[in-house]
Amino acid sequence: MFPALANPARFMAFSRWAAPLLGVIAIGLLAIGLALDFRAPPDYQQGYAVHIMFIHVPAAWMSLVVYACLGGASFISLVFRHPLAQAAARAAAPLGAGVTLLALVTGSLWGKTTWGAWWVWGDPRLTSVLVLFLFYLGYLALDASLDDEARAAPATSILALVGLVNLPIVHFSVTWWRSLHQASSVFRADGPSMPAIYLAPLLTMALAYMAGFGALWLVRIRAEVWRRRAQVRAVRAAG
Amino acid sequence: MSAMFDFDAGRYGAYVWPAYAATAIVIAFLVIDSLWRARRWKRAAEGGERAP
Repeated sequence: MFPALANPARFMAFSRWAAPLLGVIAIGLLAIGLALDFRAPPDYQQGYAVHIMFIHVPAAWMSLVVYACLGGASFISLVFRHPLAQAAARAAAPLGAGVTLLALVTGSLWGKTTWGAWWVWGDPRLTSVLVLFLFYLGYLALDASLDDEARAAPATSILALVGLVNLPIVHFSVTWWRSLHQASSVFRADGPSMPAIYLAPLLTMALAYMAGFGALWLVRIRAEVWRRRAQVRAVRAAG
Repeated sequence: MSAMFDFDAGRYGAYVWPAYAATAIVIAFLVIDSLWRARRWKRAAEGGERAP
């Protein structure tokens, strides 16, 4: 499937129907997720702040998933010099920065209610997610600062690949070091430790975020393809 | 599961609702920005607008 989509014409034909379909799925899942969310009772420890979990945890998961997509697309762009891969990487970066910002902001609001602190400097999970956010911003800044796209592509790809090192650090930070942040309560070897009444809205919202990212990623890659076509058209018109 | 929606956040409201508001704002921005870019460049590619 993916080699077939490497052809820009085939990709544009595929994404023309796939993007709106994923968008509709995302809206449907978001509605179901919010309905399950606000029917869930307050947690015995977190109280009503448990509702922040249903938007914070999917944002935190997506910050890693989107960066993996950014890194994968950058690798293909760097090795095979495929323009669609570079478009996919450029399209993923702002979306990743957005969800990582959400993970930080909602996590800070949750931390204030539960830990009594907005932010804990030196905590490995919080710090590694902040570093992830800075990698996204660095990618966007580097991409914006280089006018020559032929030079910008390898530079941004290498930066994205370096940032991949941070993904396992974010994920395992709560087990490798002492952290105020709780360990995973969903992806565990012995199964989720979370009650079903909280697990259902959490997973539904995570699927909604995933579908939403898929839709917006495709839309932004399409915009990149059109941008390049517009530039080619402008060069031809000038010549 | 309760049959009713529970929106009574009590003392947690000062943290829960800003978290939802921030999420709504960021998601709305990403959706609008993505659609705007696609529309703008599609128009430019088709010749309706000059590429900057």
